[in-house]
Amino acid sequence: MYVNTQLPPELADAVSHLEEVARNAGLDFFPTIFELVDYNQLAEIASYGGFPTRYPHWKFGMEFDKISKSYEYGLSIIYEMVINNNPCYAYLLRANSMVYQKTVIAHVFGHCDFFKNNYYFSKTNRKMLDQMANHATFVRRAINEIGQDTVESFLDVCLSLENLIDITTPYRAPITATVKDGLGADQALHVSKIETKGYLDSYVNPKDFLAAQKDRMEKEQRRTKNFPENPERDVLKFLIDHAPVSSWQKKILEIIRDESYYFAPQGQTKILNEGWATYWHSMMMTRLSPLHESEIVDYCDHYAGVVAAAPGSINPYKIGVELLRHIERRWDRGQFGLEYLNCDDPKKRAEWDTKAGLGRKKIFEVRRFHNDLTFIDEFLDEDFCHQHKMFLYDYDRKTGKQIISSREFKPVKQKLLQQLTNFGQPIISVVDGNFKNRGELLLRHEHNGEDLKQDFTMETLRNIHKVWARPVYLETVIEEVKRRVSFDGKNHDIEKI
Amino acid sequence: MPNNMESDLNRFRKIVKGKIKQELRRFVANGELIGRQGKKSISIPLPRIDLPHFQFGNGEGGGVGQGQGEVGDEVGQGQGQPQPGKGEAGEGEGQHTLEVDVSLEELASLLSEELELPNIENKGKKNVENKKYKYTGIVNRGPESLRHFKKTYREALKRTISIGKYDPANPMVIPIKEDKRYRSYKIYNEPVANAVIVYMMDVSGSMGDEQKEIVRLTSFWLDTWLQSQYAGLERRYIIHDATAREVDQNTFYRTRESGGTLISSAYRMALKILEDHYPPQEWNVYLFHFSDGDNWSGNDTNECLKMLESDIMPRANLFCYGQVESRYGSGQFLRDLQKHFGENNPKLTLAQIKDRDAIMDALKTFLGKGK
Repeated sequence: MYVNTQLPPELADAVSHLEEVARNAGLDFFPTIFELVDYNQLAEIASYGGFPTRYPHWKFGMEFDKISKSYEYGLSIIYEMVINNNPCYAYLLRANSMVYQKTVIAHVFGHCDFFKNNYYFSKTNRKMLDQMANHATFVRRAINEIGQDTVESFLDVCLSLENLIDITTPYRAPITATVKDGLGADQALHVSKIETKGYLDSYVNPKDFLAAQKDRMEKEQRRTKNFPENPERDVLKFLIDHAPVSSWQKKILEIIRDESYYFAPQGQTKILNEGWATYWHSMMMTRLSPLHESEIVDYCDHYAGVVAAAPGSINPYKIGVELLRHIERRWDRGQFGLEYLNCDDPKKRAEWDTKAGLGRKKIFEVRRFHNDLTFIDEFLDEDFCHQHKMFLYDYDRKTGKQIISSREFKPVKQKLLQQLTNFGQPIISVVDGNFKNRGELLLRHEHNGEDLKQDFTMETLRNIHKVWARPVYLETVIEEVKRRVSFDGKNHDIEKI
Repeated sequence: MPNNMESDLNRFRKIVKGKIKQELRRFVANGELIGRQGKKSISIPLPRIDLPHFQFGNGEGGGVGQGQGEVGDEVGQGQGQPQPGKGEAGEGEGQHTLEVDVSLEELASLLSEELELPNIENKGKKNVENKKYKYTGIVNRGPESLRHFKKTYREALKRTISIGKYDPANPMVIPIKEDKRYRSYKIYNEPVANAVIVYMMDVSGSMGDEQKEIVRLTSFWLDTWLQSQYAGLERRYIIHDATAREVDQNTFYRTRESGGTLISSAYRMALKILEDHYPPQEWNVYLFHFSDGDNWSGNDTNECLKMLESDIMPRANLFCYGQVESRYGSGQFLRDLQKHFGENNPKLTLAQIKDRDAIMDALKTFLGKGK
């Protein structure tokens, strides 16, 4: 752990004051520890994803190189960082002015509240700091025993598969294996008859019906013999359970999977989480604990930078905070329910106000139950889309430029939802672990309109092959044709199916 | 403070360096670097090492944006605003190339690693050095013309504060004699130039643009390598067809002449330059001659051989002849040299440069002797 910095008195005061303000406003968070670091340290922590102890790997070095270079050349600055843990750890940049520090502290409390209360974070490990350190220890030991090059190459392989998890897993009841053993095969195939008097039997239970039933059950049984029984989206789990890897490799796969699941909720709630934190820092700085008049211009300048809209992308801070305010306004004025939704008169809609005053309550509810996908799906309406000048753009082959292609509500929202589905990752599942009855691995990509990046697909297949050690296949769609891409250890192949 | 970052960073740099090494052949062949020769270091855009994932194809996909503009307008590229980041691993795709600065020296050492070049045995006066003055230090005595204004006032301010006379309301600071600070120089020894390269190129009609480009690329890498070996390096350029003339670097690379080829004219000129300016006891002399080998007549070839043997070779560390293949095929001169001097002459290296890909091998042949 970093040296537990004793915060300078004025910062310590600001922290305890803002904490009180936040709690009074209804925010609820784990104890939060602030540390004061210089930019180099912050860049270092940021490169490690917020955790001071991670397993050794060059990708962190690369990240550090990028972050510190961007800082040196003034391209981007990280002001603040906070990690989801109990207690929460947050880092303040020493060089920031007092106004920024206060803003950042307020922002951090917003995040901490979100971490603690949002449903999607509810299954994350709150002792991840320790867990990450344990992972690091294991990897270091493996390196000492087996050698850096070997372990690192295997880490490269695992990291290339890190997004192949099933983000719904933590929120489902664990599927208990159905008891099949112990039952004889005959018994399993027993077709139950309706009990009746003997002479009626052939009428009540006609022979061909029984035969059809038996046939169906046999088919079903054959189907359940599929391996895996149902397509498995947690590809990493499948590999851990069934791939022929040695114990240290298995453990490393588990580590990567574990960390992926830890980070997944952050990928799923970027917009809502940032929106929530921005909503609260703005609320605290301007209403609940207003800044001094000498500070307000600096604050506004900073805020403008945070919520600036870059034309080619969606700024999660901006969309998040605006959508939350939009919701608050609607619920304050009672703009919800069947009557409101069925109202077609724009003037009436605009002036709709039942003085319901439920806005604050509603956004607290939103922060508890939603992720980005459901948040956008449920609340981004046509009014909001036009008000915030959202548009859809596409690549224009003729000019080679990105061109605004539509300002219609439907396609914009559809694209946005598509981008947020499965935290922006393609949905890939294991369909058959005994493909062609030769122990080969068949994966399937659920194609939702966008193709996979082809060269990467090839390379990733190669990496899966390194784990599975038998030929691997991926069913996907390339330029609107269904295809099966494969790698058999030597050659790549693409065939039509 | 964990020190892990340092080792992760080193690991990354090492991998990147390996990447440079693999890419080197490509750089050598397509001459991306030469345009920036003037600078001390070169930015090499490096692919960020991307671990492959199953991911959506990018670039043409389009997306959702926000802001002004009509349907059909181009999406403006947003200026990156500094934004508060947050501890979320894997966020921030950002740019896909990374510029890594490699100085020419580093490049040369990479080159030598790749080609396994031996270091050159220096000869001549090793210890001849020039003195050079550089103003880098600060002292408290000196001429007023060298007074360091800022440092002087800083001293004065320090003194005023320490004796308690500083008044923030009326911040007057007056330096006295003890406060004054002056710039001072240090003497640096600078080795004088002790190597000379004479580049000779055949610019007769049969040498096309592609051939010149090959010469250009080869010379660049020769230069880079020799530069790393000698503190000072002089270059002379000679072009020739039936007659020879000395030119500057620029002309050397750009001229296109026509006419016949008399190689002896170039050698005569080179010899004259060496005799006039570069006594062999003090100078390491390198001669590189590039031609398509189509000499005008056998008589001239004989004259060349004689000149090489009796006058030029004794003065030179190395004489290299690179024969490029022109549209008309390659000439006889390479074989003549080979026949006359034999395969293993210590001072002569011969290389045939068929195309760009052969440049690396030519470099290895030229410099592999460590002369």
